[in-house]
Amino acid sequence: MSATSDLSSAAGQQTLADGCLVLSHRLSEWMSKAPTMEEDIALGNIALDLLGQARGLLSHIGDQVGVSEDQLAYFRDPADFRNPLICELPNGDYGHTILRQLFVDCWLAQVWPVLAATAPDEVVRGVAEKAVKENAYHLRHSSAWVVRLGDGTDESRRRMVAALDALWPYRGELAVDGWYDRVESVLTEATLPLPARDAWTQRTSSDGWHTEHLGYLLAEMQSLARAHPGATW
Amino acid sequence: MTAQPRGGARSDWPLWEVFIRARNGLHHAHVGSVHAVDAEMAVGNARDVYTRRGEGVSIWVVPSTEIVASDPADKGSLFEPALDKIYRHPTFYEIPDGVGNI
Repeated sequence: MSATSDLSSAAGQQTLADGCLVLSHRLSEWMSKAPTMEEDIALGNIALDLLGQARGLLSHIGDQVGVSEDQLAYFRDPADFRNPLICELPNGDYGHTILRQLFVDCWLAQVWPVLAATAPDEVVRGVAEKAVKENAYHLRHSSAWVVRLGDGTDESRRRMVAALDALWPYRGELAVDGWYDRVESVLTEATLPLPARDAWTQRTSSDGWHTEHLGYLLAEMQSLARAHPGATW
Repeated sequence: MTAQPRGGARSDWPLWEVFIRARNGLHHAHVGSVHAVDAEMAVGNARDVYTRRGEGVSIWVVPSTEIVASDPADKGSLFEPALDKIYRHPTFYEIPDGVGNI
């Protein structure tokens, strides 16, 4: 995926919805364990924003085929998910989590405004318009942390360089037009090395292939709904 | 991964007092405090901790060390003289309904 215009397609929206849903779950795993109480709440807020964005798109996608958002979130198997692979990777340390967040935030920062302006469907435009504001805050949060940790202590810098090495191959699904410029400007301010744009990239999830991590994530996320189908509270 | 201190406040992060304006026209009110390494992070943390349910339209943060407090031992001389002067309370006239927040 190299152009943001692809995202108006059904496949593009599925990628967006699943990406937001899966990353939201990953962030929720930090609850009660983040480095500070304030960050705990910040990550929870971001996770909830992403969940709201995922719900908006999933219910829209579901409406086209007559299934609910819950059906799509809780009763699809890993091979049916189309999230960017980076969203399903384990959290690692805080630096790893926050660099992944920067990569995804920069992707969404390019994607949401285009959808808000050009999506053929009114519902999708509405979801995107709300998401633009939420994303602006997420991006400010992740950028500030990447700069702080990259240009911080020897230890924080070592961890950020390790996170950059680990995550850079997963940029392929995110690197829409403008993505590199955004990411590189933050990495530069963080005094981190700029990896090559044409370095090797992981494959995509477009045919249903995933890392081993998604199955475990979905097992936890879906277990309650599958144990009690249709339950309400 | 080496063990890190987790949870709770970082003792090496400065404390900031947080003031939120709930609506335009109201004054900023103290709501609590956050830990943050700088002012920008303090505003962000205050936003995340204290405005999650639509509580505010404006945030102030002030380093806690910059707050100057009255001495509790001075309570008698500072506050008790006001207790018997009810004529200072604006309760002797009607406030018209059309007047908003005073």
